[in-house]
Amino acid sequence: MRITVNGDETDVQATLLNDVLRECGYMHDRIATAINGDFVHTSARAQTRLQEGDRLEVVAPMSGG
Amino acid sequence: MAEPGKNNLCVYETEITSRFFLGTAQYPSPGVLADAVTASACEIVTVSLRREAGNSGAGEQFWELIKSLGVRVLPNTASCYSVKEAVTTAQMARDVFDTPWVKLEVIGNPDTLQPDIFGLVEAARILCEDGFQVFPYCTEDLVLADKLLQLGCEVLMPWGAPIGTARGLNNVYGLRTLRAHFPDVPLVVDAGIGLPSHAAQAMELGYDAILLNTAVARAGDPAAMAAAFRDAIVAGRTAFLADPLEMSDMASPSTPVIGKAFLS
Repeated sequence: MRITVNGDETDVQATLLNDVLRECGYMHDRIATAINGDFVHTSARAQTRLQEGDRLEVVAPMSGG
Repeated sequence: MAEPGKNNLCVYETEITSRFFLGTAQYPSPGVLADAVTASACEIVTVSLRREAGNSGAGEQFWELIKSLGVRVLPNTASCYSVKEAVTTAQMARDVFDTPWVKLEVIGNPDTLQPDIFGLVEAARILCEDGFQVFPYCTEDLVLADKLLQLGCEVLMPWGAPIGTARGLNNVYGLRTLRAHFPDVPLVVDAGIGLPSHAAQAMELGYDAILLNTAVARAGDPAAMAAAFRDAIVAGRTAFLADPLEMSDMASPSTPVIGKAFLS
């Protein structure tokens, strides 16, 4: 299915969020996720299923003021 | 002299010995950032979240650097222009940084980066109800401050001037009024500080701490500037506790007049 990952259209095989993250190369633990603007807690990723056209945001620590 | 421990700041039941909060953005290199944090002697640094590409590892590297510095993190919601964005960013920050603290920014204007005070109140309400310990980036408006406190904020962070402008304290009267109105609320001047003298001025007014970033990060020598701010903040706090002389319109001689020789 085709979803958007951090603004880029991406084809993925997996549907569960944990699996999609792994498929997209996210191997580090220290990331946070949101689907269509709604936060998805780390503990909910294994049960959260993505759908065609979903917008996935994946963020990580960064410098800030 | 102040009693031992008197100079510590308590925010959300956490005691902090340094009254200097430092931002981690815009440094020329991670090494320079680390040197500046060390020189500042700060205990709290602000951090953020940004998109990361798979396999990048940049976030993990940044986090390892911050951990090595032995400081607490205060995640921000920088660049959020809506309540929804700010709340979601705060939730993601709590997930990543494992802290209930959040520096809540809801920006209302791209030119001034001033807070959207209406959005700020709504986002603060949602986050306080959700157990966050909110550090709101706000203006010096008394009514806004009162509202944020009613919602459960235990610290307020009014701006000195717009973010990154280095203009210092734009509204000294307003900041003085805020301090007088809320004598027991931790107040942190956040944004607009350009020089150590600006920071000292805020501390002399009785503000509890200073949060800044650009003035250190974009100085020619960030570590030296961090040290200068560190000392200015301590000096300003010490001066406040020493009960400064009030300003007067009329001159008064400092040298005693009594006993002066009569020579005319």
